Amino acid sequence: MEEIYKILKDLRPEFDFTESEDFVEDGFLDSFDIISLVSTIEEKFNVKIDGLDVVPENFCSAEAIIALIRKSGGTI
Amino acid sequence: MDAVFRNKRISGILAVLPETESYFDDEIGNYDFPEKQTKRLKKVMGFNKHRLAKDSSTASDFCVEGLNYLLNNGKVRREEIGAVIVVGLSPDYFLPQMSNIIHGKCDLPQDVLCIDMPQGCCGFLLGLMESFMLLDYMKDKKVVLFNSDILSHKVSKHDRNDFPLVGDVTTVTIVENDPEGEEIIFRLMADGANRDCLKIPAGGFAMPSSAETAEMVAADDGNKRCLDNLHMNGAEVFNFVQREVPPMLEDLFKSYGVEQEKIDYYLFHQPNKFMLQKLADKLNVPYEKLFMNVVENYGNPSGASIPTVITHNLKQEMTEKTYYCCLSAFGSGLTWGAIVMQLGKMDFCKEIETKL
Repeated sequence: MEEIYKILKDLRPEFDFTESEDFVEDGFLDSFDIISLVSTIEEKFNVKIDGLDVVPENFCSAEAIIALIRKSGGTI
Repeated sequence: MDAVFRNKRISGILAVLPETESYFDDEIGNYDFPEKQTKRLKKVMGFNKHRLAKDSSTASDFCVEGLNYLLNNGKVRREEIGAVIVVGLSPDYFLPQMSNIIHGKCDLPQDVLCIDMPQGCCGFLLGLMESFMLLDYMKDKKVVLFNSDILSHKVSKHDRNDFPLVGDVTTVTIVENDPEGEEIIFRLMADGANRDCLKIPAGGFAMPSSAETAEMVAADDGNKRCLDNLHMNGAEVFNFVQREVPPMLEDLFKSYGVEQEKIDYYLFHQPNKFMLQKLADKLNVPYEKLFMNVVENYGNPSGASIPTVITHNLKQEMTEKTYYCCLSAFGSGLTWGAIVMQLGKMDFCKEIETKL
């Protein structure tokens, strides 16, 4: 979990992601941030995220991001 | 719609480029986003530089420059031309139509058929379809197909979602009959219910341009644009492409017995590097067979994307050999489709730069 928050903090340092219940709804992540996040996750966890999985609901919380990494074959 | 064409070929492609190149790094200050956040997109999306037409240049200027180049260099003769087709969304005027402007400025014979077709990203596919159909009635004549847009004039320079993507390129493609031409498989799909995903709201009869439509406002996504500007809902378009294009292609291959491993090149529309990588992954296509380098060199040239992929990456190869190719495009409309055909042994395949 900490690893994900670190990535998010690096992406958008102006926000405290631990305070948000929905990163997308709260405006912490826009569609371009999600694309940047996909790229970072793929590099860091050596996974390929399916294009169909690049949807807001998979990036709305740290738990959702972890579930996506696992679904994509990554270990976290 | 599906169709199968026979005995046709593309005998030449010319890309006409504006001389102005603008660099993403120099534009970052125009956007109201943290620099670090914006710079991340450079690598992921493939932003680097793009070609921009001058404010005074119109789409027909590029078409005329391109056709005159071909006429003056003996690549096509006036008496060989049976039809002029102009595909694009940047007309000089509501009236007269683009094809007639080009016809007049290039002094073409009176029996040349002039057709305009408003279409965006799938403009090359649609233009080829129309060319193939016309050629059944033209025997020895050729079709001159123009794909031309100047969408940079319609995008806010303060819109980070849209401006880095646009690129102004015009292509001129010569299409003709060929008794030895092999089967060409064509498919085009539409989803008008989601037409607003890519839109220029003002400027037509539904909402004429006015002082109000020209007023720049801060949008919810943090960008500044007005109703006269083009806007793309990037997330929706991305999801549409990932959802519709791979199964459409897989079904096309299956329906017509296309052996995917025999395809030499996948010549796709060029929205951005990220979207193309995801498509290549989904289709199990090696990256070296699916070029993704047009956005970083020119921007996304709308309907001219596919011919620009060809002239940028395969200009020499396309004049020497023949390749089995899958062309695919997707975007405004929403529209998506593909053509599977042999490409090569062209009389010319090149780029020229203009002062426009």
